[in-house]
Amino acid sequence: MAHNAELGRRGEQLAVDHLEARGMSVLERNWRCRLGEIDIVAEDGGDLVFIEVKTRSNGDYGHPFEAITPIKLARLRRLAIAWCEASESSAVRIRIDAVAVLVPAEAPALIEHLEGIS
Amino acid sequence: MPVARTRSVALLGLAGSIVEVEADLSSQLPAFIIIGLPDAALGEARDRVRSAAINAGCPLPSRRLTVNLSPAALPKHGSGFDLAIAVACLAAAGEISPQSVDRVVHLGELGLDGRLRPIDGILPAVLAAARAGHETVMVPAGSATEAALVPGIRVVGVASLLEAAIWHGGEYDEREVETVPSATTATGPTAADTGIEVPGDLADVSGNDDAVEGMLVAAAGGHHVYLLGPPGAGKTMLASRLPGILPDLDADAALEVASIRSLAGMRPASGLSFRPPYEAPHHTATAAAMVGGGSRLIRPGAAARASHGVLFLDEAPEFPSAVLDVLRQPLESGTIAIHRANAVASFPARFQLVLAANPCPCGNDGTAECTCPPIARRRYLGRISGPLLDRVDVQLRVPRITLAALRAAGEKPRMSSADAQAKVIDARAVAAQRLRGTPWRTNAEMPGPWLRGAGRLHPGGRATAALDRSLERGGITMRGYDRVLKVAWTLADLDGAAVPRAEHVTRALFFKKGIER
Repeated sequence: MAHNAELGRRGEQLAVDHLEARGMSVLERNWRCRLGEIDIVAEDGGDLVFIEVKTRSNGDYGHPFEAITPIKLARLRRLAIAWCEASESSAVRIRIDAVAVLVPAEAPALIEHLEGIS
Repeated sequence: MPVARTRSVALLGLAGSIVEVEADLSSQLPAFIIIGLPDAALGEARDRVRSAAINAGCPLPSRRLTVNLSPAALPKHGSGFDLAIAVACLAAAGEISPQSVDRVVHLGELGLDGRLRPIDGILPAVLAAARAGHETVMVPAGSATEAALVPGIRVVGVASLLEAAIWHGGEYDEREVETVPSATTATGPTAADTGIEVPGDLADVSGNDDAVEGMLVAAAGGHHVYLLGPPGAGKTMLASRLPGILPDLDADAALEVASIRSLAGMRPASGLSFRPPYEAPHHTATAAAMVGGGSRLIRPGAAARASHGVLFLDEAPEFPSAVLDVLRQPLESGTIAIHRANAVASFPARFQLVLAANPCPCGNDGTAECTCPPIARRRYLGRISGPLLDRVDVQLRVPRITLAALRAAGEKPRMSSADAQAKVIDARAVAAQRLRGTPWRTNAEMPGPWLRGAGRLHPGGRATAALDRSLERGGITMRGYDRVLKVAWTLADLDGAAVPRAEHVTRALFFKKGIER
């Protein structure tokens, strides 16, 4: 478990680097409430973006994106609303993105980014 | 290129329509959606295609793939669209050339290991693609020989999805895979009993000269036959010799026969068979087994499979009368139309009917052993309805062979199937020559009014004196009159006579009425 948590943290850091390189500004990381956790909240040219990061060390258990099920996506939507209420944000345009990070043992990490997945 | 399209074929009966398979790749969470009226087996293509692509070595992208089968209103069945769906997805993903994929019609089912499995109905599907003007069709390697029977289209046989992807310009490493052979499905009949093989020789029939002549006449004129006789008299033997004395099929007919068989899951082992088919359904057959049926995929029945050949109904009175009467439509029109809520499928059914019956339920009619009261006998034969029998030109009594007849027959030379076939071919050529310029080719097909009217084929007063008398006395109907004339023409053709003489007409009358006593 410790290994996976560490892998997740590493993946999230890689995702943040990727997003910032794309010109997005990260507002918050690992925001928690009783509904669950949002990995990254960022701002992208006026859009408020909630980002789910999935990290895998190999493809044995399928593509990282395949782990984002409709149930998880629905929870992500509720979390987005909860974040807006908690932070009293008045953002008009809200987007949910997914970032897949593949970190093989002996190769550079592979990052894929899907915008507006719901 | 996020959208790619290719083509496949949806079969309805023997008629195939080209279906366009479009795949769209969008940057969304991984999903695989098939739209456009798929049935359950086709809907499962979703899982088959994704697994097959991974295991074959050319995985699909982990994005949202939407596959549309159009025209969307046309119902589509089965697993034959797998290959088209997979290559359309690969082309949408940019892994293979969309232009190359667009030009080819794809048919075949995928296994989870990425190999291609042969499907039923390859032949009619390829035929439909060729008729629609397509130049190339890609089929499972196991079906390539079958598909190659269709002239005028290039057939590409591939053993796996990977091979298909490489053919379309995909940059993958080749892998050796074992071809899935074209075996008949477990539920379908095996290649051995597809019935095309010629059973026995006509020379095996001893005695029964009338019956042999009757079969010869039936073969030459394309007439339907009714054989009435006790068990063991040789009815089945006679019927099974009929395909052997029929001439070879022409290329179109052979292709049609093979197409129907392909659809029924009886895949041709090698090459096109030019022998007429022979179907002998058991008397427990249902109406659906006889003409074809099925709620989604409409499969041909025995009557369609016997098209261009012989449909033999042994123990005809044992068939439910509803089953016998479904044959009236195909006997009249030469086609079978099967109506379902969402579609009408039609199959060709230009078969030659041979009915065989025992004269009574115990089968010992005419001997001391028979225990059937007359009413039981009447009822038994009454099960074959009048309208059906009315369409049968040659009706014969096949008696049990007596010892004397057997001895007498032993000394006479018997007609072999080859001799009989030669006579049949000659007689049919004469008839075809006479009927040139008409839509008919055999004597049995000629309509009665045309025969006596525009066709000017009534041989005239003296020859038909006996027949005219029979009509006058009410011994025969007008339709029966026409039928006797047709058989008389066939007898004349076999005899080499230019027009039927009195002897031909009386002989024809015997063949029509000989069964009555």
